Amino acid sequence: MRDGHENSSTGSSAPALLVRTADHERDRGSEMTPNTEPLVSIRDLAVDFTADAGLVHAVRGVSFDLYPGRTLAVVGESGSGKSVTANAMLRLLPKRGRIVNGSIMFRDPLGGGPVDIVKLDPDSEKMRQLRGARLAMIFQEPMTSLSPLHTVGDQVTEALRIHDGVSQEDAEARAMAVFERVGFRDPKGMLTTYPFELSGGMRQRAMIAMALICRPALLIADEPTTALDVTTQAQILALIKELQAETQMAVLLITHDLGVVANMADDVVVMYRGQVMERGEREDIFRRPQHPYLVALMRAVPHFDMKQDERLTPLREIKIDAAAAAAAAHCGRDPVPAGRTVLDVTGVSKTFTLRSGGLFGTPQRIAALSNVNLTLRAGETLGLVGESGSGKTTLSKVIMRAMAPDCGTVCFDDGTGARDVFKLKGSDLKDYRRAVQFVFQDPFSSLDPRMTVYDILAEPLRIHRIGSEDQRFQRVKDLLELVGLDQRSMRRYPHSFSGGQRQRIGLARALALNPAVILCDEPTSALDVSVQAQILNLLKDLQTAIGLSYLFVSHNLAVVDYMANDIAVMCRGVIVEQAPRETLFRSPKHPYTQALLAAVPSPDLDHLLDFSRLTGGGFSNPADWPEPFRLVPGETRPEMVEVEPDHRIALARPCDAVAQPEPLRAAS
Amino acid sequence: MAIALYILRRAVTMLLTLVAISALVFVVIKLPPGDYLSNQIAELRSQGDPAAAAKAEFLRAQYGLDRPVWEQYLIWIGAWSGPNGFSGLLQGDWGWSFEFQRPVNEVVGGALGLTLLVNVAVVIFVHVIAIPIAIYSATRQYSWGDYAATLLGYIGLATPNFLLALILLFYLNRWFGISIGGMMDARYDGEPMSMAKLGSIGSHLIAPVVVIGLSGTAAMIRRMRANLLDELQKQYTITAKAKGMRPMPALIKYPFRMALNPFVADIGNLLPHLISGSVLVSLVLSLPTVGPVLLQALKQQDQFLAGFILMFVAVLTVVGMLLSDLLLATIDPRIRFGGRKR
Repeated sequence: MRDGHENSSTGSSAPALLVRTADHERDRGSEMTPNTEPLVSIRDLAVDFTADAGLVHAVRGVSFDLYPGRTLAVVGESGSGKSVTANAMLRLLPKRGRIVNGSIMFRDPLGGGPVDIVKLDPDSEKMRQLRGARLAMIFQEPMTSLSPLHTVGDQVTEALRIHDGVSQEDAEARAMAVFERVGFRDPKGMLTTYPFELSGGMRQRAMIAMALICRPALLIADEPTTALDVTTQAQILALIKELQAETQMAVLLITHDLGVVANMADDVVVMYRGQVMERGEREDIFRRPQHPYLVALMRAVPHFDMKQDERLTPLREIKIDAAAAAAAAHCGRDPVPAGRTVLDVTGVSKTFTLRSGGLFGTPQRIAALSNVNLTLRAGETLGLVGESGSGKTTLSKVIMRAMAPDCGTVCFDDGTGARDVFKLKGSDLKDYRRAVQFVFQDPFSSLDPRMTVYDILAEPLRIHRIGSEDQRFQRVKDLLELVGLDQRSMRRYPHSFSGGQRQRIGLARALALNPAVILCDEPTSALDVSVQAQILNLLKDLQTAIGLSYLFVSHNLAVVDYMANDIAVMCRGVIVEQAPRETLFRSPKHPYTQALLAAVPSPDLDHLLDFSRLTGGGFSNPADWPEPFRLVPGETRPEMVEVEPDHRIALARPCDAVAQPEPLRAAS
Repeated sequence: MAIALYILRRAVTMLLTLVAISALVFVVIKLPPGDYLSNQIAELRSQGDPAAAAKAEFLRAQYGLDRPVWEQYLIWIGAWSGPNGFSGLLQGDWGWSFEFQRPVNEVVGGALGLTLLVNVAVVIFVHVIAIPIAIYSATRQYSWGDYAATLLGYIGLATPNFLLALILLFYLNRWFGISIGGMMDARYDGEPMSMAKLGSIGSHLIAPVVVIGLSGTAAMIRRMRANLLDELQKQYTITAKAKGMRPMPALIKYPFRMALNPFVADIGNLLPHLISGSVLVSLVLSLPTVGPVLLQALKQQDQFLAGFILMFVAVLTVVGMLLSDLLLATIDPRIRFGGRKR
C-alpha cells in the first residue's frame, strides 16, 4: 500500500505534502486494529556489549511490532534488556553496545517508505532526522534528563528548531500550545522557567512536552513514572493516554511495574535475560499467562486482595535457618515481650526554616511534622505511607535521634520501662543506638564500596566494642546465614553483589547489634519485584524468628499493606489516617487516603484505574481537602478522631492558642 | 537591582578582605628581625663608615622605620600620620624602594603592565589550547589521539617550566638565530610605542607564554577531560542526542557547559598562581615582570616594594574571585535562583 508514494515523498516537497496529508487521514480512519501495517517491526534483534568479563548478549532474538495508536508494554526486571532494546531503536547505544543481528523496520506514516534503522549509521543525517522528530523518547529520571542550565522553553523548542527549522517565535508559540496541553497553568512563564524550579511531576510533563512537540509517530517511554509518587504517576499515565488518543502515535512503554502495564498497555512483551518470554495482547497475558517466568512474576507482586496469611512467592525464596535465627536472637539482649509498646511517638512537631526570595528574602517556615502520634508494638510492623515531602524521612530521623523535634516526645521501651529518647545520655544512649537500627532505600550508596562485606558487618560490633575478633567473625558468619548469603561472600566487596543481595547485606548490618526496632526506609523501592518479594518475606520471617519490630516507611501502598499490622498515612507532616491493616485500605475514610488508593495501578484487569477521575490532583494539598478535613495553616489544625475502634482520621479544628502544644525543649 | 545589591555587598567584603590581607602581608614581611636599613647600618658600621651610617639612620627616621610595627603598618596604608603626613596606599603613595633608591611606582610601574599582559596572554593560551584537546580527548576516550594527548599532558605536567625555558632559549637561538629573551628587541627599549615595537613584543611573548602556560594547559586538559567524561554519561546528554541534535552542538550546549563551572570558579586563583609560579621563567628569560622584582624585594626586606607587589597580587585575586562569581551566576541559573521558591 505504500509503494505508490515511496518515490514521491523523496522528490519535490509539494506533492510529498499532499501524500502526507492523505496518508495521515487514512491512518486515523483505520481505527488502529492490529490488522493495519505495523509502524515499527523489530525482527530477531540482537545486541552485544563488550564488558570487562567478555561479550555479553544483552538482547537476543527479540521480535515485536508496534502499531499506530496502540501501546506496547515491555515488562522485565533490571538487566532484562528492555532499555537496551529501546536505545537500539534510536541507535543511542553506548559505545560498548553493538547491534549484531536483526532489523528494525520503521514505516513513517508521513511517507518515505520503510527504513531499516539497523542499517543506518547512528551518526548519519538520516538517523538524526528520525530522532526527536519521528521517534521520541522520555526517560525515568526527569531531573537528570533535563539540563539544569537551560530553560524549559529552550530545551523543549530545540527539537522543533532542529527539525522543522521554524523561527524562535513560532517555536515558542508551539511550545506554549504543548505546555498548555500537558497541563502547565502558565505556559508563557514555563518558557523561562528552569527545570530545578519544578517538582518531579512537572518536570516529567516538561519532558513529555519536549518529546511530543514534533508530533512523533512513536513515543518510547522508559520507566516514565518510576521516580514519581502514585498520584503523580496516575496523572502522567493519564496524560500519555490522552495524548496518544489525540495524535494516534504508537507508544512503547518500558516498565517493571505490572500494575502500570495492566492499566496502559494494549499489547505486552515480557523480557527476561535479553529474550522475549511471552508476547500477546493484554487480556491474554494477564488472564492466561503461559510462561512460568511471567506466572512467577505475577505471584511476586503484592496486591490488596491478599489474605491475612497469604505469602508472596518470590522467584528465589530465602529460607531462614532455624539454628542461625536462634543464635542471632540470643546475642546480647532479651527480646521485648510481644504486644508491649516499644516506640511511642507523642505530639512530635518539627518546623524547618528555608531561606527564600533571593538574597534578602524573608525566611519561610515549613512544618515538616505537625503533632505526630505513633505507637509501635513489639513484634509488629507499623507501616508509614506518604508521598515525597510528606515528612516520612524527618520522622525517622527524629526517632533515630538524628534530629531534635521542636516539641513532643519519643519514648523507647526495651522491656525495662519507657524512657524519653531525647533525655538519654552516656551508656543509655549507646544502648538506644544499638536497639534501633536502619535499613536504607538505596542498596548501592548505603554500602561503602571500599569495605569488604566482613568489614561492613563487623563495623557495628567494633564500634560498640562487642566480642573478640573471633567472636565477631562467628557473628558475621551467623548474620550472613541469617539473610541467606554464602559464607564466601565475606571477603568480597559490595559491587560484586546484585541489588537484592546488597539489600540483604544492609539488613544483616542492621541485625548485627541485635536491635529491637528496625526502621526500614523504602527498603525495596530500588529493587525488582521478584527481589522485592524475597526481601519482604525475609523481613517477615526474621520478625517471626527474632521478634523484631519494624517501622516500615514506603510510598508503595500494596507493599505496606503486605507488611504492616497498623498503617498510618502521612501528608505534609500530618498523619491523616491511621488504622489496622485490615480496615485502612478496605474502608478508607480520609479523602487523601482515598485519592492515594484510587491512584495505585493494580495488576488486575478487573480493577483498572479510572483515568477520567484523576484530573486536577490537588489532593496532596491539605488546603484543598473538602470540609471537615480542610487544613489551612494558621487557621485550622488536625485532630485525630476515632471513627471506629483503632481507626482514626484527622479532622480540622480551629486553631486556638491554648490548645497549641507548648514547646517542650528548644531545638538543639 | 538584586545584582547591584549583590555587587555592593561583595565590594564591601572585598575591601575588608584586602585590609586583612594587607595586615597579614605587613606582619609577614616584618617577621624577620630588622629591616633593610638597619641591616645596611650594621654593615656600614662594621665597615667603619659612620657618615654613611648616620645617613641611613636619618633615612630610618624619614620613613618611620623606628616606630612600632603597628604604626608603621598604619602609615604604610595611609591611615596614620607619618613623617610626611597622611601618605600611604590609600592616598596613592606606594612608598619608597630602598634597594632601587626610587619610588616604588617608578620601580614596578612598567613591570605591572607587562606582567598583566603576559599573564592574561597565558590564561587565554591555556584555555584556547586545552579546551579543544580536552573535548577531543573526552569524546574519543581510549583512542590513539586520547593517549597522545594524555602523554603530552603528563610530559607537560612533569617538565619544570624553567628547564623548558632554558632549552627553548638555547635551541631557538642555535637553530634559528632568534633571541627570545627580554620583552622586546633591545633596540626598541625606551622607544615610543610603534607598530614595529608592538610586533616585537608580540613575537617575544610567544615563548614565555608557551613556557609558563604549558603545565597549566596540561593540567586543564586532564581535568576538563575527566569532567567531560562524567558529564557525557549523564542522562541529559542522551536526551539531547535523542532530540536529533548533531554531536558537536549537543556536546557544547550541554555537557561542556556543565563541565565549565569549576574552571570559571578557578579564574580568581589563576592569576596569583601564575605570577608566583612564573618567577623562575621570568628570571631565565629575563622578562621584566614583577615576579623577579618581588623575589629580590623579599630577600632584601625592601618592605614597601614587597608589600606593594603582594597587595597588587591580592587585589588581582579578590577582583578575579568577584569576576568568577559574577560569571558563574551568569552561566549557571542554579546559582542565580538558588533561593527562589519552587
